[in-house]
Amino acid sequence: MLGGYTYGELGSILAMQGFAGFSLFSVLLLMALGLAIIFGQMGVINMAHGEFMAAGAYTTYLIATLTEQYFPAFMPYYFVFAIVVAFFVAGALGYLAEFALIRHLYKRPLDTLLATWGLSLIMQQSYRSIFGAREVSPTLPEWLLGSYQPTDTIDIPLNGMFVLVLTAVVTFAVFYLMFKSRWGLRVRATTQNRVMSGAVGINTNKVDRYTFALGCGIAGIAGAAFTTIASTGPTTGTLYIVDTFMVVVFGGAASLFGTIASAFSIAQAQSILEFFISGSMAKVYTLVTLVLILMFKPEGLFASKVRR
Amino acid sequence: MLDVSNLKVCYGQSEVIHGLDFSVKKNETLAIMGRNGMGKTTLFKSLIGILPLSQGEICIDNINVTNNETYQRVVNGIAYVPQGRMIFPTLTVQENIETGMEVSKMKKIPDDIYALFPVLREMRHRKGGNLSGGQQQQLAIARALVTNPKVLLLDEPTEGIQPSIIKDIANVLNEIKKLREITIIVSEQVLSFTMAVADRIIVIDKGNFIHEDTRDNVNIEKIRGYLSV
Repeated sequence: MLGGYTYGELGSILAMQGFAGFSLFSVLLLMALGLAIIFGQMGVINMAHGEFMAAGAYTTYLIATLTEQYFPAFMPYYFVFAIVVAFFVAGALGYLAEFALIRHLYKRPLDTLLATWGLSLIMQQSYRSIFGAREVSPTLPEWLLGSYQPTDTIDIPLNGMFVLVLTAVVTFAVFYLMFKSRWGLRVRATTQNRVMSGAVGINTNKVDRYTFALGCGIAGIAGAAFTTIASTGPTTGTLYIVDTFMVVVFGGAASLFGTIASAFSIAQAQSILEFFISGSMAKVYTLVTLVLILMFKPEGLFASKVRR
Repeated sequence: MLDVSNLKVCYGQSEVIHGLDFSVKKNETLAIMGRNGMGKTTLFKSLIGILPLSQGEICIDNINVTNNETYQRVVNGIAYVPQGRMIFPTLTVQENIETGMEVSKMKKIPDDIYALFPVLREMRHRKGGNLSGGQQQQLAIARALVTNPKVLLLDEPTEGIQPSIIKDIANVLNEIKKLREITIIVSEQVLSFTMAVADRIIVIDKGNFIHEDTRDNVNIEKIRGYLSV
């Protein structure tokens, strides 16, 4: 009955696949948050977003390797430090990219697509030249390994739980920043009407630059989190970028809450379906459903309603 | 307070503002009147810096702001209430006002703003986009006022607003002038509104000033003639 599974087994499968879904949700959400901020704020489709994530992952790897070699005693704690550094490294790279490239293209949105695509190729090749084509993995601290077993058949990996908690913290921080701080107010005003924001005294160029840097920095955090789940290669970022765009579009570009809901539904649908049918079919079903929903709600799941 | 000399603005190759010179004193309200398409909005946009000048100079309180970006002009004391209000529709009323407080570094919305516009206090948690046209106009003026301007620009503040609210807005502008002693420049087509607020009236036609008079000696019939099509 039930394809040879008992009810108990099905429950365990659901719990574990559900949790795997949570891990995927976490990485997707961290990626999508950054992308949604950049896309929503500046209308820039950042094709290099995955590479900023890889920058965070490589930063983590680098710090892990250095710690292992020079300060082995620091090993249990380095990871928290690495997350912060990954944020700042990816953020600084984003700041540079905005300054050197993207700010010249705000009035040509299609060109930003090409330019960031080029940037992503450049970054990929730099990773390949610096770190080699082979995938790398940092040595994780002990406390991230192993799993939690509430019953005999359920196995919940600790690294997944850590990533989940990290995602929650970052999401709350982003929400606070966007909706409670003066800086967030400036960003939201600029998003809605760039010209008028300038005319009430907001330095929109500065807002753009720091928003872009923040989005990339969050991608860096996603990269650091990613290293606990899988190994990092030069093309790691490209694997996630399509899913991330899907999340942003499905959620509604200007809505952070929509981004969370859509990351959750896409990740859960994929990981639960994946157990019962093959991974690629799972993706097909998710995508088809997504396309159907978007046909009826082209502005995404949550778009805020006001008079126009 | 505001001195403009030889101001020219072009859209591409075609010049639409042909070298305007004017200055407005402190505590004076100037109305710029003219039919549609005569350059009122273009003039205002170039004063706040949304449109680039092709020639000329703008000084606020003896500070040359010609080469300033828009936000720097706001810092230097010019504030702008655009045609069509342009409030931020998905921000709340309170947040809309707070966007103007970047410049003045105020922490809290000053009480005198809500005293001028009591309706905004009632509606402060509503989204700006859900307000009526008249309320949005008041919001746009409030947002401009919290930047503590020396010069306040209002582009057609009465457009699409019912007559009783037009009177309210005229009263508010006179109140603001009395309280803050600032320079107000308003572009307008409604003559009764102009007569209620302006100290001086200039008529603009095809990018040139063609008539100027103070309110006391103004010939209403003549101005009406300029405004009719």
